Amino acid sequence: MNDLKTILIVDDELAIRRFLRASLSDGFSLFEAETGAQAIQGVARQNPDLMLLDLGLPDMDGLEVTRQVREWSLVPIIILSARGQEQDKILALDAGADDYLTKPFAIGELQARIRAALRHAKAPQGTGAIFSSQGLEVDHVARRVTVRGTEIKLTPIEYRLLSELVRHAGLVLTHRHLLTHVWGPEYADEMHYLRVYMGQLRHKLETEPARPQHLITEPGVGYRLRVVE
Amino acid sequence: MADFRPDPEALLAQLKGEERSARGRLKVYLGMAAGVGKTYAMLSAARECRKRGIDVVLGYLEPHGRAETEAMAEGLETLPERVVGHRNITMKEFDLDAALLRKPTLILVDELAHSNAMGSRHRKRWQDIEELLQAGIDVHTTINVQHIESLRDTVAKITGVVVGETVPDALITGADEVELVDIPPEELIQRLQEGKIYEASKVQQALERFFRKGNLLALRKLALRQTTERVDQQVRTFRSTQRGSEPWRTAERIMVGIAPSPLSARLVRESRRLANSLHAELLAVWVDAPRAAGISEQDRKAAQDALELAEELGAETIVLAGSDIVGQVLSLARDRNVTTIVVGKPVRSRWLELVSGSVADELIRASGDINIHVISGGVETGPRSKIQRETPTATWKSYGMVVLMGGLCTLIGLGMQGRFDLANIVMIYLLGVTLIAFHFGQREAALASLLSVGLFDFCFVNPRWSFAVSDVQFLVTFGVMLLVSLLISSLTSRLKSQATSLSLRERRTAALYDLSKKMSRTRSRREIGEFAAMKIQEVFGGEVAVLVRSRKSGDLFGAPESKSGFEREPNERGVAKWVLEHSTRAGTETDTLPGSAGLYLPLVAETGCVGVLALRPVTGQLDDAGRMHLLETFANQLAVAIERTNMAKDSHDASLSVETERLRSTLLSSVSHDLRTPLAVIVGAAETLKETMGPNPVRDRELAISIHTEADHLNRLVRNLLDMTRLETQPVSMHRDWHSLEELIGSALSRTEVLIGERSVHLDFPADLPLVFVDGLLFEQVFVNLLENAAKYSSPPNQIWIQASTHAPLLRITFANDGPSLLAGEEERIFGKFQRLSANIGGGCGLGLAICRAIVESHGGIIYAENRLGSGVQFILELPLMVIAPSMATRPIANE
Repeated sequence: MNDLKTILIVDDELAIRRFLRASLSDGFSLFEAETGAQAIQGVARQNPDLMLLDLGLPDMDGLEVTRQVREWSLVPIIILSARGQEQDKILALDAGADDYLTKPFAIGELQARIRAALRHAKAPQGTGAIFSSQGLEVDHVARRVTVRGTEIKLTPIEYRLLSELVRHAGLVLTHRHLLTHVWGPEYADEMHYLRVYMGQLRHKLETEPARPQHLITEPGVGYRLRVVE
Repeated sequence: MADFRPDPEALLAQLKGEERSARGRLKVYLGMAAGVGKTYAMLSAARECRKRGIDVVLGYLEPHGRAETEAMAEGLETLPERVVGHRNITMKEFDLDAALLRKPTLILVDELAHSNAMGSRHRKRWQDIEELLQAGIDVHTTINVQHIESLRDTVAKITGVVVGETVPDALITGADEVELVDIPPEELIQRLQEGKIYEASKVQQALERFFRKGNLLALRKLALRQTTERVDQQVRTFRSTQRGSEPWRTAERIMVGIAPSPLSARLVRESRRLANSLHAELLAVWVDAPRAAGISEQDRKAAQDALELAEELGAETIVLAGSDIVGQVLSLARDRNVTTIVVGKPVRSRWLELVSGSVADELIRASGDINIHVISGGVETGPRSKIQRETPTATWKSYGMVVLMGGLCTLIGLGMQGRFDLANIVMIYLLGVTLIAFHFGQREAALASLLSVGLFDFCFVNPRWSFAVSDVQFLVTFGVMLLVSLLISSLTSRLKSQATSLSLRERRTAALYDLSKKMSRTRSRREIGEFAAMKIQEVFGGEVAVLVRSRKSGDLFGAPESKSGFEREPNERGVAKWVLEHSTRAGTETDTLPGSAGLYLPLVAETGCVGVLALRPVTGQLDDAGRMHLLETFANQLAVAIERTNMAKDSHDASLSVETERLRSTLLSSVSHDLRTPLAVIVGAAETLKETMGPNPVRDRELAISIHTEADHLNRLVRNLLDMTRLETQPVSMHRDWHSLEELIGSALSRTEVLIGERSVHLDFPADLPLVFVDGLLFEQVFVNLLENAAKYSSPPNQIWIQASTHAPLLRITFANDGPSLLAGEEERIFGKFQRLSANIGGGCGLGLAICRAIVESHGGIIYAENRLGSGVQFILELPLMVIAPSMATRPIANE
């Protein structure tokens, strides 16, 4: 076996599969599935490094595929879906999917997500002691945060919020995930905590808080810490 | 100039006649008595019809055992009879349902005047026939002249036999054809003697009682007259349609005043005959006066029956309320251009009349140019009612109170005696009588008067403790005391009954007023039904359900149902359906299906029957004509209100479909242009790439860029279309939550990055901007659309400003650009669907701003556009701020 990463593409639309094949064949070894059942079999037989999963499949929906696969496999799953399916995306993410992309998407974006997911799969507890991207540095050991060399003082909650995002750098985290991991399970629905603290965090870390470069909003779903290699 | 205007009413009647073409035709064979050969004539005509190929069915033949008739019926298709068991007797009846099911062209049903056995749908056979006609089946039937309602009294006078089974005149006069079957009386008697009509055992009795020659001659005359009147009517109809020589004249109108007396029925019949002979319209009126409050239940029922009879005879019935009978009657008469008023001759003694006057006298005096017909009481056709003035239930208690009051007055009198004059003691007694009269009836008061005089005499007048009177002047005291107390008691009880009846009417009027007021405001049928049911229940008691006809399925559904749901029973539901189909009331207290638990009134409006009002009355509650009328008034109000909502919905639907149609065509033309342009570019560029890839990388890249741009454009377009459809077709289910405005605008900016390109965007948000409670995705879309719009109508050196500020209780967001300004009048128009300022600017099909407005308004906000000073446009968006932003005062977790 060569060291090319294998990706399972699950979509019932030939056009999408053809497009993904054309765009990804350069860096990955690809195989395809058209239905949910085929997808589950594919994961079991080929043990891919990553799965691109469409939410709308003819036999079962992507959410169900995610649930079944997650029972026995940790393969990174990236959901492909249309706009307006926010609720389904959240469910899929909560069921164990690692990320999602809204159709139509740019191929560069897809490649970045794939890389982030693969990276996270390799080192699920984060990127090591120090995270660094676009001038933002987070030192987990010293609990120090700097932006272009300037140290930023964070409150404990702000720091926990940031480090939760850093642990999943590049991947989307749902509101619920952030609320339960930072505040606790009983705060899963207290959206305004997240909004307020995210706002504070942006004002401290971003040059233009309304046009964030690090802390990206995923409308209707959650937040993502952008990683630029 | 001769006036050829036809009488509008006559024209209407004629129109009705033509309209009935869908209705079956009715032919009546009329005879003067049994045995003249009506059934025979009917059958032989039917045979003729069958020969001509008409689908004839013999529905029912009275089993008289006449050989000739039976021979005639031989060979005709005969409907099986319905066997009804009733208290060990089985009876054979005409089977209406079988006839409706068989639905022949022509059906023969003997004996129109027959009364059906208990348990039949209708009480009378003529109602069965009415239903057959409504179902479009032609009916031939037979009747003897004495069974015609308006001739009942005349026949009773001639023959001494009161006929119980009668048929409304309207049925005969409205029949399409009436054939007189006539033989000379001598021949009829001979036939009877030959045993051709009745069995031998009955012949002698018949000859003695009914078939006397004098009787037969008179009946024959009646039958002939009935037929000639009809012919006369036809001639008139013919003339009026031909605009013939007869000058137009004002229609005669006759009004009959109904009194609470068993004679009223006779009065109504006489008036009908008078009206017929004058070709006049007939009105029947009853004034439900407080004076009438003292009358017996039985007489009240008589008045109600008379009103119903009048209605059956085709008269318009009116119930008025008021104490001034004469005034009310006359003012109605003047309003309705009545030419003649018919009233009954007073039956009271002259003495009483001198005291209280008679209605007839007052009418005659005050009527002016209206004729008054006074009809004598004459022979009673029904049993004379005994006058029962009081309900006997409370009697013993009330008499006890009379005695008690007498005792009390005496005790007080005894206490006063010696210190006060005897005249004062008389006053005490009078007070007692007044109290009794106030609390009980006139009878008790009279008794109290007598008792008072007796006690006064016994206890106070010398010699005391005896009824003897030593001083003769006390006899005058007694007389005056008795008279005064009687007068007081009569006045008091009259006052009381007036007050009672006034308050009752007041309550009804208030309820009706309430109903109509509420109904004029209510929009939904269910609300109307619920309110009406509540009001009707308030006034009538019992249980009420309003059944509305569904306009899709035509089925009835309860809006609302009654508490016990009595109307849901299959039988009751059947009655309701019947009522709906026939627009005729049925159920208990009526002649149709009287065995049902509920009374069902059709809700008839202009467009037909819109539903059924179901009432399960408390026993005896509707015995009063006034109440039945009131209930009908309620039903009318309800029907009108329901129809109004139906129509409102229709017109709404119609305007909606016009709007939808307009949108659809705009959409089609817009889509065909806006979708095809980018598609053409994509297809063309991709084609070129596919065919000639490689030699010119710069050109290839340009082609790829244009594919990308146009595809992006297409994507936005489709997204907007989908958004608009979603916003319009389903009530958007909003997922409102707390959002940071900065974040929403931030993600909108990142989504529009490419479009905005090099335009500089200036953001100005205060640090303490509160969170907003909105649907994040929808609002992000608003901002995306506003940004796209700004990008579309400006180009790079232009700038974009986004500002937010709080102006409690509002949050104001301004999107401004310094592109071209709007022309006057465009500020509003740009928010319409498929509106674009200039056709040559690409991007979108003019839905973006319409979507913005729909979203903002669904959040209770407003959005509008105005020109900036200098050049450019700004969009201003105002949202109500939620007063209580969620509290974050207590930190939820312990710091690590």
